[in-house]
Amino acid sequence: MLEKFNYDNKIVRNFAIATVIWGLVGMLVGLLVAMQLFKPEMNLGNQYTTFGRIRPLHTNAVIFAFVGNGIFMGVYYSMQRLLKARMFSDMLSSIHFWGWQLIIVSAALTLPLGLTTSHEYAELEWPIDIAITLIWVVFGINMFGTIIKRRERHMYVAIWFYIATFVTVAVLHIVNSFQLPISAFKSYYIYAGVQDALVQWWYGHNAVAFFLTTPYLGMMYYFLPKMAQRPVYSYKLSILHFWSLIFIYIWAGPHHLLYSSLPDWAQSLGVAFSIMLIAPSWGGMINGLLTLRGAWDKVREDTTLKFMVVGITAYGMATFEGPMLSLKQVNAIAHFTDWIVAHVHVGALGWNGFLTFAILYWLIPRIYRTEIFSKKLVAFHFWIGTLGILFYAIPMYLSGFLQGLMWKEFTPEGMLKYPNFLETTLQLLPMHIFRAIGGTLYLIGVIVMTYNLIKTAKSGVLIADEPAEAMALEPAYAPSGSEKTWHRSLERKPMYFLVLSLIVILIGGMVEMMPTFMISSNIPTIASVKPYTPLELHGRDLYIREGCVNCHSQMVRPFRSETERYGEYSKAGEFVYDHPFLWGSKRTGPDLHRQGGKYSNAWQYNHLMDPTTMSPGSIMPPYDWLGEQTLDTTTTVAKINAMRTLGVPYAPLYEQKANADLQKQAEEITANLSKDNIKVSSDKEIIAIIAYLQRLGTDIKVGNIALQPSK
Amino acid sequence: MNILYFLIGCSVFLALIFLLAFFWAMKNGQNDDTYTPAVRILFDDEIPIENKK
Repeated sequence: MLEKFNYDNKIVRNFAIATVIWGLVGMLVGLLVAMQLFKPEMNLGNQYTTFGRIRPLHTNAVIFAFVGNGIFMGVYYSMQRLLKARMFSDMLSSIHFWGWQLIIVSAALTLPLGLTTSHEYAELEWPIDIAITLIWVVFGINMFGTIIKRRERHMYVAIWFYIATFVTVAVLHIVNSFQLPISAFKSYYIYAGVQDALVQWWYGHNAVAFFLTTPYLGMMYYFLPKMAQRPVYSYKLSILHFWSLIFIYIWAGPHHLLYSSLPDWAQSLGVAFSIMLIAPSWGGMINGLLTLRGAWDKVREDTTLKFMVVGITAYGMATFEGPMLSLKQVNAIAHFTDWIVAHVHVGALGWNGFLTFAILYWLIPRIYRTEIFSKKLVAFHFWIGTLGILFYAIPMYLSGFLQGLMWKEFTPEGMLKYPNFLETTLQLLPMHIFRAIGGTLYLIGVIVMTYNLIKTAKSGVLIADEPAEAMALEPAYAPSGSEKTWHRSLERKPMYFLVLSLIVILIGGMVEMMPTFMISSNIPTIASVKPYTPLELHGRDLYIREGCVNCHSQMVRPFRSETERYGEYSKAGEFVYDHPFLWGSKRTGPDLHRQGGKYSNAWQYNHLMDPTTMSPGSIMPPYDWLGEQTLDTTTTVAKINAMRTLGVPYAPLYEQKANADLQKQAEEITANLSKDNIKVSSDKEIIAIIAYLQRLGTDIKVGNIALQPSK
Repeated sequence: MNILYFLIGCSVFLALIFLLAFFWAMKNGQNDDTYTPAVRILFDDEIPIENKK
C-alpha cells in the first residue's frame, strides 16, 4: 500500500541555522584564544576573557555547538529519508532543538565565569550535565521511534553509525559525570588522580570517536553518494568499516596517558588498539574517495564535492596520525606540544568543518527549492578554507617538532641546552602568529558562506513539510493469542528492548560499582602524602577556576630531560587526594608538579600579579584580580565534608576548625610576603593560590619514599 | 586501580551491546543484500513540486 507522508524540513533548517551561528561564535572565540598566545593583551584585560577560561569555551562551542548541531542537522535530514518516515515526534524534535541551544547558552555563560570541572571537553558543571543527559535521551527516543516506524526494513549503514553514536555517547557522558555537588555550580569528581585521569581520557578519546567521527561517517555515507549521484564504492566494505571501527575504538583511550603514572600494561593496551584502528579508518576513507571513481569530472565542476574530498582526505590524515602519535617514541616528543593542536585541527577544520559546509551547501538549496545564490562564493570559500587549514596546520606542526625537540636537547656536557622554559616558548611566537592568520582565513570563508546561504534561503521558500510517498512496511510477524502479553510484545520490539535493558544494566552497574569507588583503591599509597590544607584546597579550586590546567601540566614524565628540568618524576600515589586530577594535556607554560618550594612566596606573588616582571617576555597574562578578590571561605565546610565523603582522610569534625587553620596559614604567608615589602591582606584569593602552588609536589622527598603495599 | 576494571567493564558492556546488535542485524537479514541498499538511497521519494520559475 502506497503511503503519503511529509518529511520535516523545518527542524533540519533550524539545526542548520544553529550550526552556522555557533560555528561563527566558536571560531571567533578560537581566534581570540589563538591571538592571546602571542599577544597576551588580547585577553581584553579581564578575567572573563582570559585564555584559561575561554579556551574551554572555544572547544565546547566548536565541538558541541557547531559540530553537534551539524550532526543533528545531518541526522534529521538523512534519517527521515533513509527510513522513509517522518521523525517520530515533532514535539520531541522541538524539545531536542531548544534544549540543546539552551545547554549551549548556559555553557557560554558559565565557562567565562570560571565554573568548570576541568575535565577537558566535559567542563560543564553538574546541573548542565544533567540537562545534557535528558536532552540526549529525548534525541534517542526520537531516533529509535523513527527507526521503529520506518518504511524500509533494511537500515542503511548511516543509520548504524547514528545508533552507535547515540548509545556510546550516552554511556561515556554518564560515566565521566559522576560528581559530588557541593553547591549549585561546584562539584568534585568522585574519582581521584590516576583513576580520574583514566576515566577522563577514556571519555575524551571516545568522545572524539563517537561525537566527531561516527556521526560524520554516517553522514558521509549518505550525503556523498547523494551529491555524486552514484552508490558508495563498496557497501560491503562500509558494513565492515562500521563493525570493526566501533569494536576497536573504545579501547584506545589510554594512549592519551603514555609515560604518565598509569600502569604500563594499560598504556600498551591503548597503543595496540590505536594501531589497529588504522585499518577501519582507512577502509572508510578509501571507500569514500573511491565512491568518486569515474566521477572526478564532477569534482572539478562541483565545489560541494571538493569540500567532501578535502574533508575525507583530512579524515585519512588525522586517522593515520592518531596511531602514529600513540607510538611511545613519537608521543614522547609530540605530547604536550602544538603537534597535538595541529592534529585535532586537521580533524576539526578539515573533516568536521568541510563536511558540514558541503552538507549545508547541498541541503539548503534543496529544502528551499532553489539554487545556490553564488557558486563563485562557494568556490572562494573552498579555496580560502583550504588555505586556512594549511596556514593553521603547517606552522603548528613545525612549532610542535621544534618545542618537543628543544625540551629534550642536551649539551655535550649533559646539561639541558634550553634550561629556561621561556626560551622555547619565545621561539614559537612566529608560528603562533601564522596560525592565527590561518584561523582568520578559515573564519572569513565561514562568514562568506553565511552570507551566501542567507541569500540562497531568501531566494527560495522553505518546504517545511516535504511530501513524499513510500510503500508501507508489511509486518514480518503478527502476534496473536498468548503472544500478546506485555513481555512477549516487548520481545518483538528489539529497539525498545535494547534501550530498556541498557537503562536497567546501567542502574545495576552503578549500584554495584559505586561502593568500590567510595572506598580506598589499591593504588600504592605513600605515607608522606597528606590531604590538602583548607587554604590549599581553596587555592586548588582557584587553579581550576582560572583554567591553569589548560597551559600547565602536572605530570613530570620519567625522562631525564624532564627530571632535569622539573625534578623527580610523578608517582601515581601522589595524586590520591586529587579530585579532579590536573595533569593537563598541553604545556604552553612549564610543568608545575614540582613547583612547591621552587621559588619564594614573593616570586609567586609578583609573577601572578604580572608575570613579565619575573620572566621578561612571558606570554602568561597578569592575574591581578586574584590580589583584589576576597576568598570565599563560606564553602570550606562543604568542601571538607565532600572530600571526606570521597575518601580523603580529614580528621572527624575537622571541618569545624578548618577556617581557623586556613586563617593561620594565610597569615603566615602574608607575614612572609611582608618581609619582601609586599603588603596584601590575608583574605585575598592570591594567598590561597600561592599556598597551593607552594604545596605542589612537596609530599615526597626523593630517596626515602615509603611505599605501602596495596591492600 | 579499580577504575580499570570498571572501565573495561563499561567497554565490554558497550561491545556486548554492539555484538548483540550485530547478531540481530545478521539474523534480521540486514546484511544479506550488500548491493541494492547503496543504489536505493539514490532514488528520492519526495514528490516533485512544480518549480515556480
